[in-house]
Amino acid sequence: MLKKRIIPCLDIKDNRTVKGINFENIIDAGDPIELAKRYVIEGADELVFLDITATQEKRKTLTELVRKIAAEINIPFTVGGGINSLEDANAIIDSGADKISVNSAAILNRNLITEISKQYGNQCVVVAIDTKFVDGEWMVFRSGGKIPTGLKAVDWAKKVANLGAGEILLTSMNNDGTKAGFACDITKQISEVVSIPVIASGGAGTMEHFAEVFQETKATGALAASVFHFGQIPIPELKNYLKTQNIPIRI
Amino acid sequence: MIAILKYNAGNVTSVENAVQNLGYSTVVTDDIEMLKSADKVIFPGVGEASSAMKYLKEKGLDKVIRELTQPVLGICLGMQLMCESSEEGDTKGLGIFDAKVLQFPPTALVPQMGWNNFTSLKGKLFDGIALENDCYFVHSFYAKICPETIAVSDYILPFSAALQKNNFYATQFHPEKSAKIGLQILNNFLKS
Repeated sequence: MLKKRIIPCLDIKDNRTVKGINFENIIDAGDPIELAKRYVIEGADELVFLDITATQEKRKTLTELVRKIAAEINIPFTVGGGINSLEDANAIIDSGADKISVNSAAILNRNLITEISKQYGNQCVVVAIDTKFVDGEWMVFRSGGKIPTGLKAVDWAKKVANLGAGEILLTSMNNDGTKAGFACDITKQISEVVSIPVIASGGAGTMEHFAEVFQETKATGALAASVFHFGQIPIPELKNYLKTQNIPIRI
Repeated sequence: MIAILKYNAGNVTSVENAVQNLGYSTVVTDDIEMLKSADKVIFPGVGEASSAMKYLKEKGLDKVIRELTQPVLGICLGMQLMCESSEEGDTKGLGIFDAKVLQFPPTALVPQMGWNNFTSLKGKLFDGIALENDCYFVHSFYAKICPETIAVSDYILPFSAALQKNNFYATQFHPEKSAKIGLQILNNFLKS
């Protein structure tokens, strides 16, 4: 049976893992490679690395980091942050990443999703969607959550699936950093209307929150950062707990 | 020397890293003589079947792969190309295995993406591996069960997770991405 995936996310800035709250107030959380190796040993199912300061000058540093990660870990990993073109995606995938994640660039240039998926297959293309509940609607924001796009999250999710995305990484900005639980309502809505996997992100604070998102929605993965980085939820304990809740999980 | 076939399908870095971490030296090549003289050959692949097959034919690699006599391991798309045919791009395969490769019916999420265990296993490739062990799968097409099936997994329907015929081995999952269990399977192949 296919298992639900537990996915630690490492936000990278200047080659360090960092963590912000509600996309701000950034603090240091250690060396990304050491952290990644620890997560593999602890039983993480995949890893996501997001370069939050990606700029053209730093692109080379990022591909170098991706190369090092690929040499050290033997589970799948996704790299995102500032991927704006097919060439950017090529550089990351050639360095050893299994998937790339696009966010703002996909909103500004929808062809990008199709171009990358044509070249590498849709399983390589994760579209990250940052969503916020505004005036009774879940809306899409871009550029690190700073700019409203006017797109409704459900519509955008359907659109990216049609354009060739292989997976959606759905982050609720309302929940991110609150440790009050995942946004099960929008995660449920989106995971029920698209036929590609959806990863829930933003808000994990307890082991029960993970059980809740898997029981109440069709998300096939749940992503979190600080609860893992700072040891509040040890991954082996989380996975054993989910197993007792009859959630299919890899031990 | 372990030769990893170089062609236009995805990156081979992970396969190379995994084999090297097990203590073997590798060469990534499409040179026919090097492929023929390697101790073992790995035929990896992430990509689209018809364009990959077209490339192999143009380079004359289709014939070379079929005629290899040392142990060969196809992974993911590599495995699917070793089958008789694939519905992906209506592709004629290398015909090493009798299986047909079909698209998953859209009754569940496609691609299957993630860790899945086995419902049956046999042969040396799986020495020390148990049914409840999980490996990492990413695929929208699957090989039907056939006499050459040595491992079965279940997603939407039972499918071939691994195939073997004489010196040809193949896995639908990615041993190079399947943590310790994957390394063990890869090591079983490298020792064969």
